[in-house]
Amino acid sequence: MSAWNPKMEFMPKEELDKLQLKLLKALVHRLYDYSPFYRQRMDLAKVHPDRIRSLTDVAKLPCMQKKDLRDLEPGQLFMASNRELVRYHASSGTTGRPTIVGYTQKDVDTWTESVARGIASAGLGADDILQVAYTYGLFTGGLGLHYGAERLGCTVVPASTGNSERQLDMIKRLGVTAIACTPSYLMHLGEVSQRIGLDIKSDTNLRLGILGAEPWSEGMRGRMEDGLGVKAINIYGTSELSGPLWCECVEQRGMHVWGDQTLLEVVDPETGETLSPGEKGELVVTMLLKEAVPIIRYRTGDITTVDWEECGCGRSHPRLGRITGRVDDMLIIRGINVFPSQVEYVLMSNPELGNEFQIVLERKGALDDMLVRVELKPESFQDNVAKLESLKSRINERLKNTLMISAEVELTEPGTLPRFEGKAKRVVDKRNI
Amino acid sequence: MKHDLEKYRIKQLSIFSENRPGRLMDLARDMKEAQVNILGFTIAEGSGYGVVRMLVDKPEKAYEKLATQGHVVKFTDVLAVKMEDKPGGLYDLTVLLKEAGINIEYAYGYRNSPAAVLILKVEDFDGAIDTVLGSGRTLYDVSHFR
Repeated sequence: MSAWNPKMEFMPKEELDKLQLKLLKALVHRLYDYSPFYRQRMDLAKVHPDRIRSLTDVAKLPCMQKKDLRDLEPGQLFMASNRELVRYHASSGTTGRPTIVGYTQKDVDTWTESVARGIASAGLGADDILQVAYTYGLFTGGLGLHYGAERLGCTVVPASTGNSERQLDMIKRLGVTAIACTPSYLMHLGEVSQRIGLDIKSDTNLRLGILGAEPWSEGMRGRMEDGLGVKAINIYGTSELSGPLWCECVEQRGMHVWGDQTLLEVVDPETGETLSPGEKGELVVTMLLKEAVPIIRYRTGDITTVDWEECGCGRSHPRLGRITGRVDDMLIIRGINVFPSQVEYVLMSNPELGNEFQIVLERKGALDDMLVRVELKPESFQDNVAKLESLKSRINERLKNTLMISAEVELTEPGTLPRFEGKAKRVVDKRNI
Repeated sequence: MKHDLEKYRIKQLSIFSENRPGRLMDLARDMKEAQVNILGFTIAEGSGYGVVRMLVDKPEKAYEKLATQGHVVKFTDVLAVKMEDKPGGLYDLTVLLKEAGINIEYAYGYRNSPAAVLILKVEDFDGAIDTVLGSGRTLYDVSHFR
């Protein structure tokens, strides 16, 4: 069995607990002393760092929400200067405003270490050729996997997204053994390969997929493993925490979360109370080593379970189960986080449009298709198709800029979209995941 | 030559309509119920929607019916040119308009024996009326459609 950092990965549980407590104490002291934001938060919650004496004391610390990261200017939260920062990434926030995360060299190294350990535990090694078909850029997927795989010694094909036939051509010609992409994109590649007469199972060396950035199911795992002969490995992460971080080992029974970097909790999403081990609830993450953008008790909004039993592979670190839902209304479309409020924000800035809208999600083939239906205001109707078309393409463009994915726009007659008393149900999700 | 231009402004109904089965049927039913006769008719196709354009015998009545049925409806002024129903008729008219520098936004025609009618939507309304009438041609006025 291959392991990137056996000393850490197989560290006995008691030692790991001790290490976590030591790191947690150091973290809260550092934040209290040097971060005005965290100090104010901790004072408000009446928690002095000295009160953190055991791992369970983490629950005394105030939680952090996605909106905290979004609303704060980088300067308020960042604990690193430009001189110390080496990179920025960004993810979509709940409105049009992206959430910016900065990284010091140590942050990138910690992140890279996490990915390297994870993909090694899934069976990758220096002899492997990994095609990274996540987007490279502000989105963390591409570069996160890229750095982790290079650290491990894999040969990386930085294919990024799109152009499926070229992706398949690379896989075949370079003898690519593994691919990192969204599960729906791998399914899509499977469909394209059939169309062009390529049998991934017998014509290529592809045998492993590192699949994440969107929820998927055991049913999809079966289809990919049986249909394509690709062992399907689940990976999890979000840019607020760094990017893709944790993945399943060869046992495929939960994603190993490295305790020397991260402290996990599962809480009741309503009350915020810590749940017993194994209970299903909202995942709350404390990043023990992050420098530039420290994260304490980040409420991910993801509903899952955490398994603290030792894994069949012998690793002592806790394992994260599949994400089975969301606390909020966040959607994941083609691997990108989308909030209906972002769509609303774009639409409402157009005076020609009414107040009602609807988001319709479908699987076209293996890929997600997003349709935004919005009512045209009667008074803004003109008998001029060119003007209506330019209104549509203007909305289209703005949605793409805000959401970072493209959406179809449909102008509807006023009064045709459903009205709601109380909480509006704006999303019709016809995808069967 | 000075004309009473207003009477040549024919009130066409323009309706914004989603492109889905049954939507045109709804429109036609509304016209039937209002006992409105449709004289000229065309649909401009957008992506996912259409703009229905109709000339009717009772524009106000039709408008009211459509509006109360929740349609997005608007009056658009168009011109109705009497055409000679013979080869080259359209060509002669377009030469005339081009020389007068008048741009056509959209047009559609129908045959109304013994003549044909060309419906024109132009930006320069007064210029188009002057040009057409000045050439000796006939423009139908609103009374023609009642």
